[in-house]
Amino acid sequence: MKKSKVFWIYVAIALVVYAVVQFMISSGNFDMYYSNLFITIAINVILAVSLHLVIGITGQFSIGHAGFLAVGAYVSAIFTTNLGWPFPIALLMGAIAAAIAGLIVGIPTLRLKGDYLAIATLGFAEIIRIIFLNIDYVGGAAGMQVDYLTTWTYAFFVALITVVVISNFTNSRHGRACIAVREDEVAADSMGINTTYYKVLAFAIGSFFAGLAGGLFSHNFFIIQPSQFGFLKSFDILIYVVLGGLGSLSGSIIAAILLTVISLYLQDFPETRMIIYSLVLIIVMLYRPAGLMGTKEVTDLFKFGKKSKGGNVNE
Amino acid sequence: MEWLQQLINGISLGSIYALIALGYTMVYGIIKLINFAHGDVFMIGAFIGFFAIARWGLGFFPALILAMVVCAILGVLIERIAYKRLRNATRIAALITAIGVSLLIEYTTIFFRGAQPEAYPDVIPNKSFHFLGAQISMQSIMILSVSIVLMIILQFIVHKTKIGKAMRAVSYDEEAARLMGINVDNTISITFAIGSALAGAAGVIFGIYYTKIDPLMGIIPGVKAFVAAVLGGIGIIPGAVAGGMVLGVVETVVSALGFSLWRDAAAFVILILILIFRPSGIFGKNTREKV
Repeated sequence: MKKSKVFWIYVAIALVVYAVVQFMISSGNFDMYYSNLFITIAINVILAVSLHLVIGITGQFSIGHAGFLAVGAYVSAIFTTNLGWPFPIALLMGAIAAAIAGLIVGIPTLRLKGDYLAIATLGFAEIIRIIFLNIDYVGGAAGMQVDYLTTWTYAFFVALITVVVISNFTNSRHGRACIAVREDEVAADSMGINTTYYKVLAFAIGSFFAGLAGGLFSHNFFIIQPSQFGFLKSFDILIYVVLGGLGSLSGSIIAAILLTVISLYLQDFPETRMIIYSLVLIIVMLYRPAGLMGTKEVTDLFKFGKKSKGGNVNE
Repeated sequence: MEWLQQLINGISLGSIYALIALGYTMVYGIIKLINFAHGDVFMIGAFIGFFAIARWGLGFFPALILAMVVCAILGVLIERIAYKRLRNATRIAALITAIGVSLLIEYTTIFFRGAQPEAYPDVIPNKSFHFLGAQISMQSIMILSVSIVLMIILQFIVHKTKIGKAMRAVSYDEEAARLMGINVDNTISITFAIGSALAGAAGVIFGIYYTKIDPLMGIIPGVKAFVAAVLGGIGIIPGAVAGGMVLGVVETVVSALGFSLWRDAAAFVILILILIFRPSGIFGKNTREKV
């Protein structure tokens, strides 16, 4: 009873955040620069949370998340630009395509562990990118023109749905099975958990949401190119999860918000940005390998339903 | 004789992959870490060679040796500063650190000299021989002979010297080696030094063969060399050489068949197939999983 009450309070706070930003945008107080910042934050939150499910909860180290982002981006762009379907359906189609790609990639590779899995996902993401590079229908290396359709409303509600679904999944029976796989795969297996099933499930759900983010991502630019979905994009997503804390949902959201804002200020100095990113990554791993939040959640710090800060988390 | 020509090109390319793959496989064999920064050590080697030849007017062999020495020092520094503290950390932490070191080297290089590519000077006379209708350039012969000499030296170090024996002992059982009085830290550092020196040599050779170098050139050859190491059986030195050669020939054949845009995908397809069907590699033995 109390749990669901707290949940609705968080959703209400998130909606207030939405309303405030939406009011600022529609009243003209936020120009394109700021509305773009908020949309980018929402997209990165979706990406961070979807990768958090794969790495943080299920413990499968995937460094090819940009591949699924690319699938979602291209498929939804094909549906809106080339076929003229409405944007929400195109988003869903992109996400479904990404989930199917996740299944195709996941079923063979998730039998691998640790380093090998990381390299195999990296390889698959590269293959996906090379496939798009070689399809003339989507413009090849020159890229594809896409309509500008992403609004703050779309970005926010997709992010909200993502966070709610993934946090509920984590707290469900299936989520606990995934955590068991993360903690000790052999032990989980001998307790009767179908480890392959849960690994593939988490991977497919993660890919689904990465595909949703891809649809928002492509319609937030006027053009998409395969070079936008290279290894560096995967790394950008990885650093949100690692910095926030492997296994902490709110940690990855906070890291996504923080780093998006920081990288906006550093966008004129891309080298400096990457040097800072990589140094942060090395130092965090050497001195605090669990990440900033560890496996804790922001909500753990505010027991008894105190909620002032938690609202940002559901954003 | 088109095919003989492609085979020779493939082996030249493959010997570069093999030199890089040796470093991966040695490091993995001894501390079970995928050294993602290895491809960037290769890039630094290429740049050192470039400066030595183009700016300081050194010949090919002095430049090669200089690049190897600098890369060896760089490799030891990376190991001492970043990886040493992570010996007992989780695999994910070590892997993330390696990715971080890799990006740090790449973008520090870009920060100091910009991202623009550099054209390698000609140091090897541009002669070529005709052999059974195929054209063999002086460069290919040079690349192949340098690689073979380096591999023979490596084989000698690993199997005939005391330090090689220590390296094999540490990779077999680190704790037991420590108890036998082997200085494990130094042995690991020397492994990094040798592996990085080979990557540095590969960088100079790559520059001469492809004539264009840039700060991000290490990523793709680095990943492909890792594929070569996995293909041959990671941790096994002859496996890395064989894997590199196979990969080089396959890539050249894919290009020759007219699918040059798919060339990079070929390496990853090989990687995924080998990981799924024979994860221990061509030369590897299957090990049973222990609880």
